[in-house]
Amino acid sequence: MDSKHFYHDVIMAGFGGQGVLAIGNLIAYAAMKEGRHVTYLPTYGVEMRGGTANCTVVISSKEIGSPIVQRPHSAISMNLPSLLKYGPRVLPGGLLMVNSSLIDLNEVSRNDVELLAIPVNDIAIRNGNPKLSNMIALGAFVEKTKWVGMESLFASLEKVFDERHHALIPSNIKAIQIGAEFVKKTETNSTNDSK
Amino acid sequence: MVEQISEKILVRGNEAVAMGAIDAGCLLFFGYPITPQNEIPEYLSKHLPPLGGEFIQAESEIASINLLLGASATGVRAMSSSSSPGISLMQEGLSYMAGSELPVVIVNISRSGPGLGGISASQGDYFQSTRGGGHGDYRMIVLAPSTVQEMYDLTFLAFDLSDKYRNPAMILGDALIGQMKEPLLRRKPEKMDLPAKDWALTGARGRKPNRIKSLYLQEGELTEHNWKLYQKYERMKKEDIRFETVNTEDARFIIVAFGSMARVSKTAMELAREAGMRVGLFRPITLFPYPEKALFDISKRVKHFLTIELNTGQMVEDVKLSVDRDAQVYFYGKPPGALPPPEEILEEIKKYYA
Repeated sequence: MDSKHFYHDVIMAGFGGQGVLAIGNLIAYAAMKEGRHVTYLPTYGVEMRGGTANCTVVISSKEIGSPIVQRPHSAISMNLPSLLKYGPRVLPGGLLMVNSSLIDLNEVSRNDVELLAIPVNDIAIRNGNPKLSNMIALGAFVEKTKWVGMESLFASLEKVFDERHHALIPSNIKAIQIGAEFVKKTETNSTNDSK
Repeated sequence: MVEQISEKILVRGNEAVAMGAIDAGCLLFFGYPITPQNEIPEYLSKHLPPLGGEFIQAESEIASINLLLGASATGVRAMSSSSSPGISLMQEGLSYMAGSELPVVIVNISRSGPGLGGISASQGDYFQSTRGGGHGDYRMIVLAPSTVQEMYDLTFLAFDLSDKYRNPAMILGDALIGQMKEPLLRRKPEKMDLPAKDWALTGARGRKPNRIKSLYLQEGELTEHNWKLYQKYERMKKEDIRFETVNTEDARFIIVAFGSMARVSKTAMELAREAGMRVGLFRPITLFPYPEKALFDISKRVKHFLTIELNTGQMVEDVKLSVDRDAQVYFYGKPPGALPPPEEILEEIKKYYA
């Protein structure tokens, strides 16, 4: 049964309002629905007011000890300050996803991690709603990592969002799908390139 | 084993406290807002009134604790929650309630001090919680949850224990456990068999009036009262000690930590095990009554104890008082600010592990 043991962690960061806490919450909820152990540790208070927001999500097949992660296996950076803070902490061989709409890829100093550059704001604007860039990011990240199933993610929306926002669920699902599609296409292209 | 995931919800530790209170039959809440515990009053303000209960945001913590004193004197389950500076303001009331033998639950989702300090997680209120805080020779039951599930379970237990002993019981959490989310199974634990509240002020129709007081001026009266309280605290030590041990059986080295630091320590212990070190974890769940005998028993076999705290050294005194004379007690503490990751604790283990 050893092959079934797994442990994932991610630090998601951006500026307040970019929605990193919401997507962290969603991925944690979806993993819980799938029977995993999860912890979701958000920043709160002073950091949230006008500064950066971040959360740490751990998903495991076993009971989770520390919800605090110093060196994550993956990170999502939605803006430059987040990349500068958390980029260097990602473990070698880990995954670094950056929002290339707001971050110049020359700022990425790591060459020992897998870089996933997604222009989430541009994609969101192109699809008519810049507010959904966090969901684009979520879709891309989950498509890449497969930590949770898309269906669990969709089903989590109504649990995480307040009832007064439930009318927005379809557009959020669409944004997640668009983010996932972007990663699928990129991966197909790079496979073709290598041929 | 298949887990019943359908019943689990993902909630903050603070919300779990509020749910535990409701499921324990708490009907009244009095409090004044303060970070990082505001989700508790927020939840209760919404959910207590429909249950026939009442939520009151008082003008201050001093008013809150005295409203609580009055409410609990009527025998109803009631609570308050606050954070460190607010809890300091409540100490007079806590002393009066201990003296008057009133069962209440107080939640301290502690922040950092001294003074206004800051809002980051801290365990700097260990002394205040376990050593009285208010004046007089009294004790409070102090429970230290380390998971969101325990925030729920121990809140439920705190109500039972406070009723069992007619004594205030405190939940001592911190910003980390209060703010983080984890799956919660909202299953009511079995309720204790509790004595009837025949002491409560319920209107004296058809019976002699009851009196709730902490003033005893007759000769010998206060001595007797203090001995009675003492007996109660001794009984808590006999009947209601709770703690968790992990990997202590074959351990040569034990980490002692409570609350949030216990779970970071648990991961550090796993890292140490992977590196071939026989490290175990001892986690007090009741900070008063402190599990001194259990710790002493372990110290007959294991001679190295590392206490980890989010302060500069408080519980370590209880560890030193508990263990056998020839045991070594080391300490690693952090003042509020950056929370120590497991790797940092692992380095401390390596320093002392022989």
